[in-house]
Amino acid sequence: MRRGNSLVYLTLLVSLVLSVFPLYWLFVVATRSNDVIGQMPPPLVPGGNLAENVRRLFGAEQANFALGLINSMIASIAVTVSVVFFSSLAGFAFAKLRFRGRNALLLTVLATMMVPVQMGIVPLYMVMVKLGWQNQLQAVIVPFLVSAFGVFLMRQYAERAVPDELIEAARLDGCSTFGLFVRVVSPALRPGAAVLGLFTFMSTWNEFLWPLAILEADNPTVQFSLSQLATQYYTDYTLMFSGTLIATVPLLVVFILFGRQIVSGIMDGAVRS
Amino acid sequence: MHGSPYLFIAPFFVLFALFGFFPLLYTAWVSLRSWDLTGDAGFVGLANYSRLLSDPDFWNAMLNTVGLFVLSTVPQLFFALVIAGLLNRPIRALMLFRLGVLAPIVTSVAAVAIVFGQLYSRDAGLVNGVLGLFDVGPIDWQASKGSSWIAVASMVNWRWTGYNALIYLAAIQAIPKDLYEAAQLDGAGAIKQFRAITVPLIRPALIFTVVMSTIGGMQLFTEPLLFGQGDISGGSLRQFQTVAMYMFEQSFQNFDYGYGSAIAWMIFLLTVVAGIANALIARRLRGGTQ
Repeated sequence: MRRGNSLVYLTLLVSLVLSVFPLYWLFVVATRSNDVIGQMPPPLVPGGNLAENVRRLFGAEQANFALGLINSMIASIAVTVSVVFFSSLAGFAFAKLRFRGRNALLLTVLATMMVPVQMGIVPLYMVMVKLGWQNQLQAVIVPFLVSAFGVFLMRQYAERAVPDELIEAARLDGCSTFGLFVRVVSPALRPGAAVLGLFTFMSTWNEFLWPLAILEADNPTVQFSLSQLATQYYTDYTLMFSGTLIATVPLLVVFILFGRQIVSGIMDGAVRS
Repeated sequence: MHGSPYLFIAPFFVLFALFGFFPLLYTAWVSLRSWDLTGDAGFVGLANYSRLLSDPDFWNAMLNTVGLFVLSTVPQLFFALVIAGLLNRPIRALMLFRLGVLAPIVTSVAAVAIVFGQLYSRDAGLVNGVLGLFDVGPIDWQASKGSSWIAVASMVNWRWTGYNALIYLAAIQAIPKDLYEAAQLDGAGAIKQFRAITVPLIRPALIFTVVMSTIGGMQLFTEPLLFGQGDISGGSLRQFQTVAMYMFEQSFQNFDYGYGSAIAWMIFLLTVVAGIANALIARRLRGGTQ
């Protein structure tokens, strides 16, 4: 039994090290200078070169890193607020209101979840050209303002979190449906909305293919800037890595603050799906 | 009062119709036309699709996509299952392990590709450095199909294994404990219990992860792109170009919108077929283990 147990810990420890090492390596290289990269044995402790690397990063003309950070922050916040709001509205309606065609419409939402939206990028690109939104920040915001996954998630959450008696009571008090949503439903939905918000922020921050198609290097998102670093400066590892580190920091902060909620969000979703 | 439920769901449907559904239908329409940078030259029927079927670069991209999919999905789901099984045991520091295996998911795909691209670099990479200690290599990871597939697949495996492990863990925890107690009384060991009780009972979670991996695998783009320093053709011999990269190359590099749209629909078709096939295989898993 004892030996079995230490095998369990050993396996888990190896998985943990494998999971975390690339992130640690990212940090180590970002704080070093280029001449030690590739040495054997490799540098395994952080160096003192981070500030210098970051200075060079923000000076790297083809990457426009500062603008990329600002653009991604704006886009991620806008998309997150919108997805959470519209998903809560629709999720609540699907879970708690009766109306004709409800099941058929809900089925449509489920079906659209299966469709990879990226497949539509060629015509989406053409639509953007028609609108004159090429290389404009709204091009990476507006198409993502709603999410089928979000509607589904909030419907599942509202089903459990909003008691029918609460709705009946508010109705008897003469509450309108929208008043009901604002005063009774949204407080109950808050934990679910937080998980959806975290996921949406992360996926918008990490979006890669569409910005690459519609934006130009002079008005990038942060991931676009990273791809510029990886293609224009690909021998300059410390520059690439310090950019990657800074692009990852906001997500790591979110992860450290809300990691437990993310874990339970994933696990709840799994039970229900 | 009667109109108001529709007002709640209308924003979703309007926006989705505009930016989700319409582009998809329009892709089908464009794929039937000869349409490039010079403009729309009219309806050509299925010409783009027949050109696709005899295009060796398309089939090469197809092969790469399927190969990468197998190399990234099979180990990923296997190790996820093992980790979930271990995390379900009474162990210390459970939250630390859970958070630890989940950490890769917070890094962006681009970040993963950049870090792993360096790890696999021929002259300065840690992987070759370690292999060199055993007198192996140095391997030029980008040079051949086999080695580049392994490198790219390892990025996908690294990023998603922990996430899938948590999904399995949730499903495992929903299994009634008395099933295991009964099996224990019958003298079934831990591994036997895992195969005879755990795996069949978490089948919905298995199917879910397989379908999600299929959708992701058929659209693989960023990892191979940045692995090759942004080369959309996926290496000098297209050794790691995926179909999503080929679609991007045709649409936004060669500006052949009609042909690019036909590739997009083939990816969609491939995803549906592969998703159904995998769900069927996962369904049969139960028959195999009982």
